[in-house]
Amino acid sequence: MEIAHVYTRKRSEFGRHCNFSDCPAKVCVDIQPDPSLADNFVLRNPVDACVQHGSEMSEHEANTERVEVESRGVNHVEGGWPRDINPQELEQTSRFRKKVEKEENYVNTITHLGALMEHCVKQNNAIDIYEEYFREEEADEFEDEAPSAKTINVIRDPNVTKRTATHLSWHPDRCKKLAVAYCSLEFQRSAEDMSFDSYIWDLENPNKPELVLKPSSPLVSLEYNPKDSHILVGGCYNGQMAYWDTRKGGLPVEVSTVEASHRDPVYGAIWLQSKTGTECFSASTDGQVLWWDIRKLSEPTEVLILDITRKELLENALGASTLEFEPTMPTKFMVGTEQGIVIACNRKAKTPPEKITSTYSGHHGPVYALARNPFFPKIFLTVGDWTARIWSEETKESSIMWTKYHLCYLTDGCWSTVRPSVFFTTKMDGTLDIWDILFKQNNPSLSLKICDEPLSSLRLQDNGCVVGCGSKLGTITLLEISSGLCTLQRNEKNLANAMFERETKREKILEARHREMRLKERARSEGQGLEAEEMLEESPQDALDRAQKEFFEVIEAELQRRARAEAQQPGSSKVKEHTEEEVVAQGEEGELPKYEGEEEEKDAAKEP
Amino acid sequence: MAEVEETLKRIQAHKGVVATMVVNAEGIPIRTTLDNSTTVHYTGLLHQLTMKARSTVRDIDPQNDLTFLRIRSKKHEIMVAPDKEYLLIVIQNPSE
Repeated sequence: MEIAHVYTRKRSEFGRHCNFSDCPAKVCVDIQPDPSLADNFVLRNPVDACVQHGSEMSEHEANTERVEVESRGVNHVEGGWPRDINPQELEQTSRFRKKVEKEENYVNTITHLGALMEHCVKQNNAIDIYEEYFREEEADEFEDEAPSAKTINVIRDPNVTKRTATHLSWHPDRCKKLAVAYCSLEFQRSAEDMSFDSYIWDLENPNKPELVLKPSSPLVSLEYNPKDSHILVGGCYNGQMAYWDTRKGGLPVEVSTVEASHRDPVYGAIWLQSKTGTECFSASTDGQVLWWDIRKLSEPTEVLILDITRKELLENALGASTLEFEPTMPTKFMVGTEQGIVIACNRKAKTPPEKITSTYSGHHGPVYALARNPFFPKIFLTVGDWTARIWSEETKESSIMWTKYHLCYLTDGCWSTVRPSVFFTTKMDGTLDIWDILFKQNNPSLSLKICDEPLSSLRLQDNGCVVGCGSKLGTITLLEISSGLCTLQRNEKNLANAMFERETKREKILEARHREMRLKERARSEGQGLEAEEMLEESPQDALDRAQKEFFEVIEAELQRRARAEAQQPGSSKVKEHTEEEVVAQGEEGELPKYEGEEEEKDAAKEP
Repeated sequence: MAEVEETLKRIQAHKGVVATMVVNAEGIPIRTTLDNSTTVHYTGLLHQLTMKARSTVRDIDPQNDLTFLRIRSKKHEIMVAPDKEYLLIVIQNPSE
């Protein structure tokens, strides 16, 4: 039953004084008792009622306006001199000083103060009252802490249309500045209003870039000159090279000519170790490596075509997606290609084809990162497709260690600058993984979800404690890594070296074995003649079906495994641990090998 | 005159003493063993600090006065002996 009251009043009567008057009570509605409803009545005994006794709380949030900070300087001049003396004039000031020194008051004061001062100087020399006796013992204590990292700063792309932070470069001397190249790398996705600018950020002021670099085409790579921190070299999206002098503002000092430049985006630009500190080289997906001297940037000084068939044909060349150079090995460098092959080159070889010394293939897609271990330059790390791989220069057929296949692509990676066994990788799902291969090989020591968008670039500061991660939307997150991950552990160099050598040895043995088997196979197939060979070959359709079946089996197994893991998740922590072990045991194949116990024992076990 | 010279020389000769300076009430360096710009930098800042320290001590208790200021830093110790007209500043590296 609904009761409705309608009041009407003329507009002309609004706002008047009320005119109350007495009137008799009247009935608005009369509800008669309904005996049939009484039959439905059920007595409830006992009755449950809840009472909440506690003060009510409420939560409020307010986002305060961001404070804009700006640094300004004031130039102080020497003051305090009497008015008739010019502090710039040496003669006048020294005359004033001499005059003061002759005063009796001065002599008395200084002799008095001198005695006082001498007492203190002697005191300091007699005993060091601030001496710390037990400093060394305390340092060992924080070894067992769990690895962690904390965000110390976030720098966002100030433009409305966000672009990917494609490359980061730290200031070579002071770790307070970061140069970031911004560029949208998606095919034909550069919108009209998209800015071309890249920025140099001062970490003290993440709201406003310290310098805006204005190239003619967006920058893909950007690098500080390690010898002169005012100079930066950048590779553009259109293939041009440009260099900046921060003292001369945001416009490039010189740009290479379009005809003599790369024809594709410059994915790698690195400074060379030279006396003048003006030489650099660059690589691009057009299949060329070009050397430049910024004193004459109009055209390259040297060209190398990345044709691994050694015919120097640009149409056969492999597109370079990353470039590596280790200053301690000035003639060597390496190039990671779009085809997943890493090419090792020697710049000083006599003929151009000889410059390509060897190739390493193992990735199924472009190699996005390539870095030599700072302690063992023969060992290098590659990141591509779903894995990160560790290679030794000596074994060309396969990598010596590798991670499992992740569920999303890896985008960048680098070694720790202070620990030989630690490396970092970034993933498309916005996670940063920190691996310590001496601690565990199957999973990263630390996995941090930094943002929801894919991470695109990664750069570690030289001191190894702060890492910068750029994302697809141009956000740079700076993380400080816990001290355990950025201090060299006792005996770590030897252990890491032993591990790398053991793995190299293992791969070499496997390589020899494969070669032997191939030789045998060939000998046998030659003996049996061509007929047998044809018998063995299956039709393409069969091969396709088989591959399809295998693929779905793998997917099925993975899904089942996850369902099982999820079902067991809510249980106690013991159960969880158990699942993890199981997962590890199942995922063992094709992952980084696991080490526990004696080395010799395992070496023996691994030998086929 | 010679007495002053002797006192300052003796202090400078002590182990670990890096520099000695004498500053007048206006903050002008009268004598120094450092180069001019470093001296001006030190004296300007230390003069202000000493004046502030002195006024702090006097504000707390008007009968009290600052007699000595020792600043211990990571690298060295700066010692300031204040008087009405002059400050004597000595920088010492105690761990040397």
